Amino acid sequence: MAQTPSHEIKNTTCYMCACRCGIRVHLRDGEVRYIDGNPEHPINEGVICAKGASGIMKQHSPARLTQPLRRKPGAERGDGEFEPISWEETFEILAERLGHIRETDPKRFALFTGRDQMQALTGLFAKQFGTPNYAAHGGFCSVNMAAGMIYTIGGSFWEFGGPDLERSKLFVMIGTAEDHHSNPLKVAISKFKRQGGRFISINPVRTGYSAIADEWVPIRPGTDGALLLALIHEIINKGLYDRDFLVRYSNAGQLVNMDEDQDDFGMFLRTEEPPEEGCYDAQNQLWWDRKTGRPVPTHTPGADPFLLGEFILDDGTRAKPSFQLLQDRVAEYTPEWAERVTGIAAKDIRRLAHEMGVTARDQRIELPIAWTDSWGVEHESVTGNPVSFHAMRGLAAHSNGFHTIRALSILMSLLGTIDRPGGFRHKAPFPRPIPPCARTPKGPEGVQPGKPLDGMVLGWPASPDDLFVDDKGEPVRLDKAFSWEYPLAVHGMMHNAITNAWRGDPYPIDTLLIFMANMAWNSTMNTEEVRKMLNDKDDNGEYKIPFLVVADAFQSEMTAFADLVLPDTTYLERHDVMSMLDRPISEFTGPVDSVRIPVVPPKGECKPFQDVLIELGSRLKLPAFVNEKGDRKFRDYPDFVVNYETEPGSGIGFLAGWRGKGGEKSLRGEPNPNQWEMYAKNNCVFQYELPRSYQYMRNWNKGYLEWSQRNRITRYGEPVLIHLYSEVLMKFRAAAQGKGTTRKVPAHLAKRVETFFDPLPFYYDPLEHQSTDKHTYPLAAVTQRPMAMYHSWDSQNAWLRQIHAHNLLYVNARTARAAGIEDEDWIWAESPWGRVRCMAKYSEAVEPGTVWTWNAIGKAAGAWNLTPGANESRKGFLLNHLISEELPGHDGPISNSDPVTGQAAWYDVRVRIYKAEEGEPQETSPQFKPLKPYPGQSTRARVLNFFAGLGKR
Amino acid sequence: MHPAFSVIFLTTLIGAGQGLFLGLFGAEALSLLGVLPPPGSDFLALGSALALVFLVLGLIASFFHLGRPERAWRTATKWRTSWLSREVIVLPAFMGVVFLYGAAHAFGFNPPLGTLAGDVPVLLTVVLGAVGALLAIVLYVTTAMIYACIKFLQEWHSPLTVVNYTVLGAANGFTLAAAYAAWAGVPLVAFLATVAIVLTVLGLGTRSASLVRNSRIKSKSTLQTAIGVKHPKIQQKSQGFMGGSFNTREFFHHMSAAFLRGMKWIFLLGAFVVPAILLLVVLVTRIDPVNLLIAAFVIQYLGMVAERWFFFAQANHPQNIYYQSVA
Amino acid sequence: MTQLALVIDLNVCVGCHACVTSCKEWNTSGDAGPLVDQNPYDADPTGTFFNRVQSFEVGEYPNTETVHFPKSCLHCEEPPCVPVCPTGASYKRESDGIVLVDYDKCIGCKYCSWACPYGVREVDAERKVMTKCTLCVDRIYNEELPEWDRKPACVRACPTNARLYGDIHDPESVVSKAIREAGGYQLMPEWGTKPANHYLPRRKTQLTIREDEVERADNPLKIDSQLPKPGQDEPSLDDVTSW
Ligand SMILES: Nc1nc2c(c(=O)[nH]1)N[C@H]1C(S)=C(S)[C@@H](COP(=O)(O)OP(=O)(O)OC[C@H]3O[C@@H](n4cnc5c(=O)[nH]c(N)nc54)[C@H](O)[C@@H]3O)O[C@H]1N2
Ligand SMILES: Nc1nc2c(c(=O)[nH]1)N[C@H]1C(S)=C(S)[C@@H](COP(=O)(O)OP(=O)(O)OC[C@H]3O[C@@H](n4cnc5c(=O)[nH]c(N)nc54)[C@H](O)[C@@H]3O)O[C@H]1N2
Ligand code: SF4
Ligand code: SF4
Ligand code: SF4
Ligand code: SF4
Ligand code: SF4
Ligand SMILES: [Mo]
Repeated sequence: MAQTPSHEIKNTTCYMCACRCGIRVHLRDGEVRYIDGNPEHPINEGVICAKGASGIMKQHSPARLTQPLRRKPGAERGDGEFEPISWEETFEILAERLGHIRETDPKRFALFTGRDQMQALTGLFAKQFGTPNYAAHGGFCSVNMAAGMIYTIGGSFWEFGGPDLERSKLFVMIGTAEDHHSNPLKVAISKFKRQGGRFISINPVRTGYSAIADEWVPIRPGTDGALLLALIHEIINKGLYDRDFLVRYSNAGQLVNMDEDQDDFGMFLRTEEPPEEGCYDAQNQLWWDRKTGRPVPTHTPGADPFLLGEFILDDGTRAKPSFQLLQDRVAEYTPEWAERVTGIAAKDIRRLAHEMGVTARDQRIELPIAWTDSWGVEHESVTGNPVSFHAMRGLAAHSNGFHTIRALSILMSLLGTIDRPGGFRHKAPFPRPIPPCARTPKGPEGVQPGKPLDGMVLGWPASPDDLFVDDKGEPVRLDKAFSWEYPLAVHGMMHNAITNAWRGDPYPIDTLLIFMANMAWNSTMNTEEVRKMLNDKDDNGEYKIPFLVVADAFQSEMTAFADLVLPDTTYLERHDVMSMLDRPISEFTGPVDSVRIPVVPPKGECKPFQDVLIELGSRLKLPAFVNEKGDRKFRDYPDFVVNYETEPGSGIGFLAGWRGKGGEKSLRGEPNPNQWEMYAKNNCVFQYELPRSYQYMRNWNKGYLEWSQRNRITRYGEPVLIHLYSEVLMKFRAAAQGKGTTRKVPAHLAKRVETFFDPLPFYYDPLEHQSTDKHTYPLAAVTQRPMAMYHSWDSQNAWLRQIHAHNLLYVNARTARAAGIEDEDWIWAESPWGRVRCMAKYSEAVEPGTVWTWNAIGKAAGAWNLTPGANESRKGFLLNHLISEELPGHDGPISNSDPVTGQAAWYDVRVRIYKAEEGEPQETSPQFKPLKPYPGQSTRARVLNFFAGLGKR
Repeated sequence: MHPAFSVIFLTTLIGAGQGLFLGLFGAEALSLLGVLPPPGSDFLALGSALALVFLVLGLIASFFHLGRPERAWRTATKWRTSWLSREVIVLPAFMGVVFLYGAAHAFGFNPPLGTLAGDVPVLLTVVLGAVGALLAIVLYVTTAMIYACIKFLQEWHSPLTVVNYTVLGAANGFTLAAAYAAWAGVPLVAFLATVAIVLTVLGLGTRSASLVRNSRIKSKSTLQTAIGVKHPKIQQKSQGFMGGSFNTREFFHHMSAAFLRGMKWIFLLGAFVVPAILLLVVLVTRIDPVNLLIAAFVIQYLGMVAERWFFFAQANHPQNIYYQSVA
Repeated sequence: MTQLALVIDLNVCVGCHACVTSCKEWNTSGDAGPLVDQNPYDADPTGTFFNRVQSFEVGEYPNTETVHFPKSCLHCEEPPCVPVCPTGASYKRESDGIVLVDYDKCIGCKYCSWACPYGVREVDAERKVMTKCTLCVDRIYNEELPEWDRKPACVRACPTNARLYGDIHDPESVVSKAIREAGGYQLMPEWGTKPANHYLPRRKTQLTIREDEVERADNPLKIDSQLPKPGQDEPSLDDVTSW
C-alpha cells in the first residue's frame, strides 16, 4: 500500500516567488514527484505555499522557452514570429553589438531586470560594462519603503527587516497583502495570534492576512500619511512616546538652526570639531542640556536635553530641538483633520494611538542581555516596547509614499520600537548609515567608453552633490534617476525606461536588455501605448529602440517584442545565490545567505542567464571577468561565485558561508573551492548567529557595529541615529532655496524640490489625485497580490491557474448599486488614461471609495502558450491599462512617481465605473492579436494526468 | 441536481416496463377469476417481450451512468445497506421472471403447481406472474428509495417519492398496456384504460402533493450551518476555483428558474392531463383507439421524462451552498 | 477506537491555498493518483482536487469579516456516503475512522457523492472513479517517510498551522484539546453525519484602555515642561483657609 515517496531528495531554494523558502525536491526516476518545505530551513521551517507546491507544473509548462530565438526577418515586434538560432550565433551577435556600444557610448546599452534576485551580478555586469542605465524592479516596486525607512532609521521592511512578532503584543499591519516574506510572515502571524497578540490591519481591503486581523481599519487609498501624522499628533499630545529612547537614539534633542536668513537654516547646530571624513552621521550636534541650561555636545555624559522649547545660542542663533519641530509640524494634523482625509473616525484614530502608546509603555519587555552602546554606556538588559508594524506597497506605491513611510518610521521611533524586542528588527546587512555609503558617479564624466562606470550603478545620495547630473543639472541616466526630478531614486526608475528610450529623452539608446521582467505587460504602466512604443519606428523605418533582447524562461508578453530571446533555466535547473551583496535571507539574529543548486537538468537548450552574462562579460573583456591577459577568468557561474572577490584579496565574495581554503571562515575569507558542496550539505543555507548581545539595538550597539565593521559589512562603526528630522532632505531643500554650497537646482524644478524635500514628514494628496477631477473619477483603483500567483508568471501553471483563471473588479456593493451595476455585470472601468472592460464583483470587504482586483491575472491572448480562448485573456483584465507612466507637468510630462524617490505610483490612479452597453461582447477589452506558440515549445496537453516517474501519460 | 439522461431513461423505461407487466398479469389474474375475458397466451407472451424490451433499454441506459460499466457486477454486493445495490439485484430478477412468464405463455408451458383450497389449480404462470408483480412493486420501491433515502435531499426524502415512482410508472405502463391491447385487438382496452386513467389521476394527485410539499420546504442547511458562522448575512466570494469542477457540474441543472417552471407545466400536462383526456376519449367515444392510445402512451412517456428531469432538477443539494461564486 | 481527523483553525487560516496544491501534488503521484486536469491551458481549466479553499464575507461594510474556509472530506463518523455505495468501494476503516474509496472496486456511479452533503467527493474525469481526501493514508503510515513527516501533505504545508491533525477520540490529542478549548464545531450538524473534522471559530483579542490609563504621572511631557501648570500667583485654598 505504501507509496514510495521518492527515490531521491535534493535540497534547494524555492523560487516560485522571492521569499526563498528552503525546499526538498523529491525525485522519482529523475522526475520531480513532490516538493515540500525543508523543516531545517530558517525561512520557512518546513512549510510551503500554494506556488511552491506547484513547482512541478512549471517544469511541465508548455510556455517554457527551450531555444534561443531570433525575430523572423520581416516580422513585426509583438507578433512573436521567431526562428531558432544557436547559442554561438546569439553570443556573436550580442558580443559584436555590445562591444561596439561599449567602445563608443556605453550608455546606449541599458540593462533592466525585474523581479530577479541576482542584482549583485547584473549590477556588476552593468558597472563593468560602463553603462549608468541599469536598474532592477525596486523603482517600480517599493523603493519608497526602502528609502523612506532607510533615510530615517537605517533599515527597512521589505527584505531588510521586520516585526518581531515573537515578542510583540500589538501588531499593526498597513497596506500589506502578501509581501516577500510570505511564509515566515504567515508562520509568525499565526503564532502571534495564538499567543493572544492583538492584530490590527489598516487597508482599504480585507482579504488574506487582514482577514484574520482582530480589527480592520478601512482607509481611503493614499491617505495613510494623514493617519500616521494624526497618530503621531495624539501620541505626542498624550505624552505616550518613549522619551528616553528618543533622547539617546534619535536626533530628537538635536538643535536645529532656526535663523531663516542663515545659510545653515534648518541644519543641525554643530560643535566646532570638524566632522571626520566618511559616510556616516558625524555625532557633533548639540543638545540643550536641562541640567546646565547650556548647549552641550549630544550624548555628553550626565546631560539630558530638552526635547521641547526654543533656545538662543550665545551667538544669538535661534534653535529648536528637532522634536519640537516635529511637534510643531503635527500640531495641525489632528485626528479630526485626519478623519476628513482618511475616512477613519477621529475617535478610532485616538483609540489606535492610545492602544499603541499604552501597550508600548505598560508592557515593556526586559531581556537579561547586557550590551554596550556606542557611547560606551553599559546596559544590563535589553528592553523593548512590544508594538510592531509591518507595511508594504499600500504605503509605498503612492506618490506621497516617501513621506508617509517617513511618518511611519517616526511613529515607530516615538514608540521606542527600533531594533528592540517586540518591535522592529533589522536583518543584516542592515542597519546601515543614513544614507548608506554607495554612490553613483556624480556626472557624465563617470561614463567613459571602454571603461567601467566610475561609481555604483545605484546609490544613496546624501546631498545634492551626490546627484548623477550634468553641469546643467540634466540627468545622465536614461530613466532620470538621481536627477533633480527624482533625487533619491535609489532603485532607479525602470517604469520610465521604455518611454524615455522611445522618446529619446534624455537620449536615445541602442540596445535594451530585459531580464525577468514583463515590461510589455504587467510591470509597465500604460501598457497599450508602451507596446506600441516597443514596435515604433522613426522616419527611416528604424526601430526607435533599435535592438531589444529579452532573457526569460517563459513565453511572456515581453518576449514577443524581442529581437533576440535568451531562454533561461528555471529555479530547479540552475545555481543561484541569495547574496549578502544583494538581498540575503538574513534573520533578526544574524546574517543568512543561501543558494540554489540544480535538481534537474536544463530543458532543451536553456542556459542560466548568469552563465550568459559571464560568457558575455568574458567576450567583452569586462575587467571583472578576465585576467590581466584578457583571458576568461571564470568557467561558469558556479565557478564565478566561488572565486570572485569584490576586490582582489578582499575575501568578500557572493557567498558568506564556508569561506577560506577549507571552509573554516565565514563572512570574509579566501575563496573555497568546495563552497558549493558545503552549502549543499547544509540545506543550501549559511546562517550566522550573532552573540545575543549583538542582536538588538544594533544602530547603537558598539559590539555589533564593531563586529559589522570587522566583517566589512559596514565601513564605519559609528552609531546610526534615527533621523526624526532629516538634515539630508533639508540639504536638498536648501539647494532649492539657493542656500548653501551644494549644486543648485534648475529653476523650473526649484519649487518642486523645495516642497517635497521637507525635513519633516508632511501630508499631501497623491499627485494624481491632485490633478484628477474627483467628481468625474470618484474611485481609487488598486491591485493586490494573490497568494496563489506570482505576478504574471503563474498563468502557465496548470494547477495555480485553476485557482485564479481570471480576475474581477471588486466594488463595494453599495457603490456598485449606486452605479446601477449588478453583481458580476460586465462594466467599464475608466481612468483619465484609458479604459478596460471587466466584470464587477460585489464586496463588503472594500472601502466604498476603492475598487480593486488581483494583480496580473489578465493576459494577452495566446501569451504564456495558453489558447487564445483562455479565461485569462477573455475574462481576465489588466489594470495597468488604466495607469499612466507619466503625468502632465508644467514643462512636459513628468513621471507618475513619488517626487522624492521616483517610486512608481501604481496605486494613485482614479477611475469611474459604468455598465457595459447591452450587446457589447462579454469579454475584456482591450484585446491584442493572439500570439502563436514559438518554435521549440511543447504542445499544450488537452488533458493532464501527471504522475511523476511515468513521464506524461 | 443535474438531471442525467441515463438515469432519467433508466427510471422511466423500467417504470413503464414494470407497469406494463402489472397490466398483463393483472388482466390474466382477473380473467382467471372470471372478471375479465382471457387475454390469451400469445398476447401475454408478446406483452412480456414488450415489457422486457423496456426493461432492457432501461438497463442499457443505466450503463451510461457508470464511469466503469465493466465493473457493474460489483454493484450487487452491498444489498444490505445500499438501495442502489438492491435495485441492481431486483431489476435482473424481475427481468428474469418476466422472461419466464413470457416464455411459459409462449410455449404454452403452464402446469399447475398445486391446488388451492376449493381445487383451484395454481398455474405456473400465475405463480410467476404473482412473483413478477411483487418484484415490480419492489423494484419501484428500490428505485425510488435510492432517492428517497438521502436525508438531505429534502425534495426526495419523503414517502411521496416512493408513491410517485410506483403510481407514475404503473400509470404509464397501464397506458402502454392499453395501447398494446388495442393494437392486438384484445378486448382488454376498456379495463386497462380505466386503470390507466385511475392511476394517472391518482398520480396527478400524489405528484401534485409532492410539488406542494416541495414548494414549502425550507432548507435545513444554510450558509450559516455550512460554515458554522452565525451571522444573518454571509456571502460566498470564492468557491476556490474558477473553471468549474465535479461539484459545479453534478449537482446543479444550470437552467433558469423559468425553464424549470416551464418543465413543470410540460410534465403536468404531458404526464397526466393530456394522456388522461386521451384515455377518456377512448373510453367514451367509438374512435379507433389504437392510434389514440399509442399517442397517449408516447405523450405520457415524454411527460414522464420531463417529470423525471424536473424531479432531479428540483432537488436542491446542500453541497450547492458551498459552490456559488466563481471568483 | 481511533478517529483520525483534521481540525481547521479559521482563526489563523489566511486562505493561501498551500493546502490545496500540496494535496494535489502529493496525491497525483501517490496512491490516489493521477488526478486529472482538463483544459489545463485552455478555457475553463478544471481538475480533480481533494481540498479547496473558499472565501466568504460575513456582515456588511464596515463590519465585515472575511473568512477563508478550507474544506476536504470530513471523515464523518456516520458517513452517509458509505452505506449507499453499491459496491463497497466506499468504506470507513475500523482501525482509524478514515473514509476511503477503493478505486479498483468503484464503478463511478457517483451515488456516494450525492449522499455527501458537503460536496467533497469528486469523480476523476479520466479514471472515472470517485476520489476524495484520503487523509493521506499513504503518508501517515508510510514507513519510508521519517516519523516527523508522517502527516498529511496539507498539514505539513500549512504556513499558519491552521490544520491540526490527530485522533479526536483521544481526549489528550492536540485536536481534541483544540476542539475543547477553542470551541471546535462540525459542519451541517443537522444531518447527524458527525464529521470527524472540526473547525475552530474566529477568536478576537481586544484591548481595553481606561481613560485614566492613557496619561500617567511619569508623562514625558512633564520633563520638557509642556504640561500646563497653574501659575503660582493664581488663587488657591492656601490663601483662604487655615486648619
Ligand atoms: N503570492 C505573491 N507574493 C508576492 C508577489 C506576488 O506577485 N504574488 N509579489 C512580490 C512583490 S514583487 C512585492 S513588491 C510584494 C508586495 O507585497 P504587498 O505590499 O503586500 O503587495 P500588494 O499586493 O501590492 O499589497 C498592497 C496592499 O496594500 C493595500 N493598499 C493599497 N493602497 C493602499 C493605501 O493607500 N493604504 C493602505 N493602508 N493600504 C493600501 C492593498 O489593498 C493591498 O492589500 O509581494 C511579493 N510577494
Ligand atoms: N497594476 C500593477 N502593476 C504592477 C504592480 C501592482 O501592484 N499593480 N506591482 C509592480 C511590482 S511591485 C513589481 S515587482 C512588478 C513585477 O513585474 P515583473 O518583474 O515584470 O514580474 P513578472 O510579471 O513576474 O515578470 C517577470 C518575468 O520573469 C519571467 N521569469 C520567471 N521565472 C524566470 C526565470 O527563472 N528566469 C527568467 N529569465 N525569467 C523568469 C517571467 O516569465 C516573466 O516574464 O510588477 C509591477 N506591476
Ligand atoms: S513563499 Fe515563495 S519561496 Fe516560499 S514556497 Fe512559496 S513560492 Fe516558494
Ligand atoms: S464528508 Fe462526505 S464524503 Fe466525507 S465522510 Fe462525510 S459524507 Fe462521506
Ligand atoms: S461512485 Fe464508486 S464509491 Fe461512489 S457509490 Fe459508486 S461505486 Fe461506490
Ligand atoms: S489529508 Fe491529504 S488528501 Fe486530505 S486534504 Fe490533506 S493533503 Fe489532501
Ligand atoms: S494552507 Fe493553511 S492557511 Fe493556507 S489556506 Fe490552507 S489551511 Fe488556510
Ligand atoms: Mo515588487
